[in-house]
Amino acid sequence: MSAAQTVQQSFSSEVKTRTFEVNERQLSLDRLVRRIGKVGLLFNPIFSFFFLWAPILVLVIFSFNDSRSVATFSGFTLRWYLNIFSGAVGAGDNFSTALLLDSLRNSLVIGVIATLISSVIGTMVSLALSRSDFPGKRVLDAVLYLPVVIPEITQGVSLAVFFNAIFGWWNMTTGQRVSMGLETVIIGHVAFTISFVAVVVRARLADMNPKLEEAARDLGANEWRTFWAITFPLALPGIIAGALLAFTLSLDDFLVTFFTSGAGTNTLPVFVYGLLRLTVTPEINAISTIMILASTLLIGISLALQGRNAVRG
Amino acid sequence: MTPDVELRQVVKEFSAAGKSKRAGYQVRAVDNVNLQIAQGEFFAMLGPSGCGKTTTLRMIAGFETPTSGEIYIRGKAVHDIPPFHRPVNTVFQDYALFPHMTVIQNVMFGLRMEGVPRQEAQRRAEEALDMVKLSHAAARRPNQLSGGQQQRVALARALVKRPSVLLLDEPLGALDLKLRKEMQAELKTMQQRVGITFIFVTHDQEEAMSMANRIAVMHEGHVLQVGTARDIYERPVNRFVADFIGETNFFVGNLVEKRDKVGVVKLADGATFEASLPLDASSVSEGKVTVALRPERIGIFPPGEEDDMPREVPLNVLEGVLYEMDYIGTDTRYTVEIAGTTLVVREQNVDYEDNYDFRLGQTVKIFFPAVSATILQE
Ligand SMILES: Nc1ncnc2c1ncn2[C@@H]1O[C@H](COP(=O)(O)OP(=O)(O)OP(=O)(O)O)[C@@H](O)[C@H]1O
Ligand SMILES: [Mg+2]
Repeated sequence: MSAAQTVQQSFSSEVKTRTFEVNERQLSLDRLVRRIGKVGLLFNPIFSFFFLWAPILVLVIFSFNDSRSVATFSGFTLRWYLNIFSGAVGAGDNFSTALLLDSLRNSLVIGVIATLISSVIGTMVSLALSRSDFPGKRVLDAVLYLPVVIPEITQGVSLAVFFNAIFGWWNMTTGQRVSMGLETVIIGHVAFTISFVAVVVRARLADMNPKLEEAARDLGANEWRTFWAITFPLALPGIIAGALLAFTLSLDDFLVTFFTSGAGTNTLPVFVYGLLRLTVTPEINAISTIMILASTLLIGISLALQGRNAVRG
Repeated sequence: MTPDVELRQVVKEFSAAGKSKRAGYQVRAVDNVNLQIAQGEFFAMLGPSGCGKTTTLRMIAGFETPTSGEIYIRGKAVHDIPPFHRPVNTVFQDYALFPHMTVIQNVMFGLRMEGVPRQEAQRRAEEALDMVKLSHAAARRPNQLSGGQQQRVALARALVKRPSVLLLDEPLGALDLKLRKEMQAELKTMQQRVGITFIFVTHDQEEAMSMANRIAVMHEGHVLQVGTARDIYERPVNRFVADFIGETNFFVGNLVEKRDKVGVVKLADGATFEASLPLDASSVSEGKVTVALRPERIGIFPPGEEDDMPREVPLNVLEGVLYEMDYIGTDTRYTVEIAGTTLVVREQNVDYEDNYDFRLGQTVKIFFPAVSATILQE
């Protein structure tokens, strides 16, 4: 008898091989459970997107509704969009297209200036945090991200208190009266958007190989030229992404603006809020739809830039 | 002639990251290093991970400042000279090519920083690319190149600056074995052609030995030995060096007599043999010592075959018990126990069949000349 045969024999005598019996009922039950699971998994994102987007979708649909009522959809129209630009905003005499455009202009001015300032400061802060060591660095690091998480209302109120205190003191010492306006809104927006710029730029810098800067210095570039030839171009997509994010946040901001703008400096969101207090008109839907479109576009570009990699080399 | 690069008692300490406030918690990455590297030399720094090779290079390049000690390049103290003013260029381990520039722009970068006009910079960069056989890839981005090609660009980018010294930090570490061998040969010829001093960091002993004129063996921040590949292999200064470079047997004995170049060592079982004193003979004194002996320098015979032993040189003959024998293709490895120590003996397999019949458990004789064994301080 060969060795292989012996092994086989002892194997079959000691170990009883498991029989392969198919339990049809169990099997079909399993199949059913899996099918339900699959469908469930499919519905999960659909549901969450639905909750996220349904109100927005309704708003967009009704901005094209050929009826003042939101109860029925009675046909497609661009009337409300045309109304916005032809003078009638739809909530009485206090709300004209002139005022709307005025607030839009304010929004853009604030957005552009605040974004420029916070992009520069945010970039410098994130450079300092990721490229150098100084006392208190970790504290600054932690504090920097606070505006991202603390409630915006807190920021709004604290800025209002801050400005009032400063202006009060100014009034007492110089006798001049100053009040909040466009400038204070810009300062407020800079204050809360810096963090967002810094977060985005820092992520970009963290992805960058620090050896690249060393290589530049090794090849004869001093710190200044290294920054402009290497660091800045490689960080630029991050800076632009951060700036777009800041710009969007500034355009959409209501709370900080509300608390830091004096009488008469409306931004678009504040203007819309003013309209809303009277009544929800289809024109508001139209304005909001345009705002959503613009924000989505800006955020989309920002995300696309953040996703661009190939920073390492 | 003044050396191209000289390190005098260089020390570098790092305070451990994030724990700087904990008093006295410091890492001595480089500890009292003295080196003199001659002009045109291919100098290798060899040592295990974390021994301070990179830190030493970074101090020469100017990215780190020594905690104490001085560094001289071409006779000039470079303490307060920033990296961009040192006549030194680096090939980084991960190449560090600029991802947003083309290959030719990468190579031109250093020249442009020197103020070389664009056209001349372009011409010289093309020459450099030609030298590394990459002219066809000039317009590509680094991420469109293979690892070996990137390595070549990094080399061209550094060499185009015509530095006095080129620092290479494990430049071949990321390449596969075959490419690595090719690049080793290429680097060596290139170094001979350009005549620039190369300081080459590696933890691959074979690479260091095959390429360098001289090697510094580092361990825990210290330079243990500087010498030619032969010096280091044949006459290691201590147990670490002997163990790190190639395979070595160690046995412990008593140095009973020091003569000119050789010493007499007595083993625990009373047997004596002669072995070479180290290059610095004063580093060992009579008493307990370690003897380092390479496996391939030992001959082995079964009992009754002693007549076959070569007779041209005086040989040490010791007796031991054979208890393992492994055929490994090119060689056969015998493990022998002598006076309580196990020794590995390697014999080349030059024939299809073995010359002798060995049996495990047999008493065998091993022999070696005194020059093959080195006495080290215990
Ligand atoms: N910036 C730093 N901060 C703190 N410790 C450091 C720093 N750089 C290096 N070290 C420490 O110094 C020692 C030597 O590091 P080094 O990078 O010079 O080693 P190496 O010989 O190049 O090793 P490898 O072969 O792994 O590259 C290590 O213990 C390392 O942890
Ligand atoms: Mg290293």
